[in-house]
Amino acid sequence: MRIKKLAALLLVSLLTVSVLSACGKKSEDNSNTNTSSGSESSSDLKGTITMAGSTSMEKLANVVAEAFMAKYPGVTISPEFIGSSAGIEAVLAGTVNIGNASRNLKDTEKSSGAVENIVAIDGIAVILDKANTVTNITKDQLVQIYTGAINNWSAVGGADQPIVVVGREAGSGTRGAFEELLGIEDKCKYSNEINSTGGVMAKVTSTPGAIGYVSLDIVDDTVIASNVDGVQPTEENIKAGTYLLSRPFVMATKGEISTQSKEVQALFDYLKSDEGKELIKSIGLITVD
Amino acid sequence: MSDKSFSIMGGYNTKNTVEKVAAVIFIICAFFAVLAVFSISLYMIISGTPAIFEVGLVDILFSTTWAPTAADPSYGILYVILTSIIGTSMAILIGVPIGVMTAVFLAETAPKRLAGIVKPAVELLAGIPSVVYGLLGILILNPIIYKLEMTIFKNDPAHQFTGGSNLISAVLVLAVMILPTVINISESALKAVPKHYKQASLALGATHIQTIFKVLIPAAKSGIVTAIVLGVGRAIGEAMAISLVAGNGANVPLPFNSVRFLTTAVVSEMSYAADTHKRVLFTIGLVLFSFIMIINLVLNKIMKGGKKNADS
Repeated sequence: MRIKKLAALLLVSLLTVSVLSACGKKSEDNSNTNTSSGSESSSDLKGTITMAGSTSMEKLANVVAEAFMAKYPGVTISPEFIGSSAGIEAVLAGTVNIGNASRNLKDTEKSSGAVENIVAIDGIAVILDKANTVTNITKDQLVQIYTGAINNWSAVGGADQPIVVVGREAGSGTRGAFEELLGIEDKCKYSNEINSTGGVMAKVTSTPGAIGYVSLDIVDDTVIASNVDGVQPTEENIKAGTYLLSRPFVMATKGEISTQSKEVQALFDYLKSDEGKELIKSIGLITVD
Repeated sequence: MSDKSFSIMGGYNTKNTVEKVAAVIFIICAFFAVLAVFSISLYMIISGTPAIFEVGLVDILFSTTWAPTAADPSYGILYVILTSIIGTSMAILIGVPIGVMTAVFLAETAPKRLAGIVKPAVELLAGIPSVVYGLLGILILNPIIYKLEMTIFKNDPAHQFTGGSNLISAVLVLAVMILPTVINISESALKAVPKHYKQASLALGATHIQTIFKVLIPAAKSGIVTAIVLGVGRAIGEAMAISLVAGNGANVPLPFNSVRFLTTAVVSEMSYAADTHKRVLFTIGLVLFSFIMIINLVLNKIMKGGKKNADS
């Protein structure tokens, strides 16, 4: 009897203690961040930068966060990847400092206070499965393939094989950029709408006759990156402006950069520095000057 | 402490407190589930209705064009709803006969040793995560279906090739996924049929097979129907597996078309959707929610009906 009673009491007290301690921890954390973001010292930055947004910018965000945190050990950056629109929504709601978007901001987003800071340019590669003999696709052919006017590779100089049109879901930054660049917004007839970059790669790799599009920097040797209008999808060509399919990577802030916290300003300064530019180049993106 | 504290009189107050505290804890725990259901319903209605007023209920439910990001956006989900209904019914048509036969086998005809293999296999099937079904669908099912598709539509210039990601693949995956539910519940229903039904039937000269189809299955009818309704619930609510194999194009639900289910419509576009588009996705969630509610109501009716039959 007594043991049971004791056990019950213990359980209740344990619950109370854990609840109380959880509360205590939370308020402690809050006060920490408050004091640090309020501190004036610029040489010794301390605090957190939160960013959320495009899954296409995952590589960029992670690499930048890692390098920046190595340079400023007092700063913690925590990137999340929830999609371009969700990222902008989050920065406008004030839940994160930076909203990543792999597209230009919409007018509604700009009028709500989001500022478009383009940090890099990304190329979109048209990918084919390894067995495909086609190496060059013109803009017109791409349009015809993606609107369903052509459904066999023989029409573009390949083998007699059906075309499986793979793309991203509505709302995806890559899809928006791709369709806009080709001028076929919402005229596309996809047979596969896949909601991740990796998914598109996997589908194209495993399906004979498939065509898809992904960020240039994630293309590997499991697929063929086709030439577009005779131009190879390379960094030089994108920088030179001859490659058709490229898009901006935006790190949006609520209000101008100069109105942001010291840490966020330092991050943008870092991205504009030579060191930051090297970093952006190292992951296959193109810097803006 | 003396032994006196063990007397009923001395312990009464503390004992009473413990009882009361325990009762309160039970009530709080019980209300978690109620609270969850209530808040989910409320949340679905609150977040799903704005788009209905914005776009119009008829334009959402009965229009066939899904172009949420177009300059002149259109949010018709008729094909999506039809896909969910047709896909689920086809999965039921394939899965239920197999499931019920398996249940008959396990409950009636299986030799003990064989049942000892089949039964754990079925239970294991129930525990496999749905994403694994989807991956297997991509790796094994899609290439086979693609070959079939290429043979059937070889000379059809109008057909859009899906690479095997189409309604048939989704239906086959769903049919396998509902098997454990159908088998387990049908089997317990068959086992619950009173022994003397079977004995009487056999004594009257019916064969074992005749007894199964004319006596046991009709007697277990309400249990089997429950199994089917739960299977429908599982199939219509499944998202992960079919999002990998269905192709996700909002098309007419024909066998070799790339199709989109209610669940995959929400899942695939939620991460990048904004404004009205996002609100319409919540409305799709609300439509799905109402489907599930209807299925549950039907299930409750059937279960009550079954009880009445058993009582009389």
